[in-house]
Amino acid sequence: MERIPILQMGEFLLVTIQVDMHDRLAMTLQDDLTNRISQTNANGVLIDISALEIVDSFIGRILGNIAKMSRVMDAETVVVGMQPAVAITLVELGLSLTGIRTALNVEKGMALLRATVGEPATEAIATEWDEEDDAED
Amino acid sequence: MQKIEEMKIQSSADVVLVRQAVRQFAIEVGFGLVDQTKIVTAASELARNTLDYGGGGTVKLETLQEGGRRGLKLTFDDQGPGIPDVDMALKDGFTTGGGLGMGLGGAKRLANEFEIESVVGEGTRVIVVRWK
Repeated sequence: MERIPILQMGEFLLVTIQVDMHDRLAMTLQDDLTNRISQTNANGVLIDISALEIVDSFIGRILGNIAKMSRVMDAETVVVGMQPAVAITLVELGLSLTGIRTALNVEKGMALLRATVGEPATEAIATEWDEEDDAED
Repeated sequence: MQKIEEMKIQSSADVVLVRQAVRQFAIEVGFGLVDQTKIVTAASELARNTLDYGGGGTVKLETLQEGGRRGLKLTFDDQGPGIPDVDMALKDGFTTGGGLGMGLGGAKRLANEFEIESVVGEGTRVIVVRWK
């Protein structure tokens, strides 16, 4: 059966939607993600929709469901990469994606997730060291 | 030259095919990306309605030329149960299924012209037009 891959990156799950999803595929993604959060104890989900050419009310509902379900399971969801034409259309359609956190791209989305769930102290220190190294170069 | 295509809507895979065909037509009419996205999104909502509430049906895609302007007309037909109260169905948030109730009203907002005819027990026809 056709599925959308879910990648694990540390304590986050990463989904890149690259196909024009039919409704059942979107439902499968919702179920798969909920299962993976439970299996992996992930505390963040990042969904990249930059390849999606439209977001209609059904996909909007699925994204909202994923955000709600993951929150119930103690994971935050960030949707990233929405194309400007998709955003304009969504607003006119009447969907505001209430309750869904968004970021412009994957990098900003990851930063938002890290800030929200709080990185372990050791990793935070490592990042600071890296930044200092860069500054000296 | 006018281009016409009729497609069946019997499965959620057909809804995807309708979106792709509408995109092709919109490009041929010369729509910009935002207009393409709007008419494809409206088509997606209406095709899903045809499938979920009408029990399946058809859509006719037509390019239009009137005077100097070009447009795209989509006609969705089903022989489903029909809509008893069309005004109510057009209200945001109204749904008899499990959806958000944004489909019909949303599609109307995304089109320049919108017509709906529904007879209980006979079916529903929705026509949307978007002009370039």
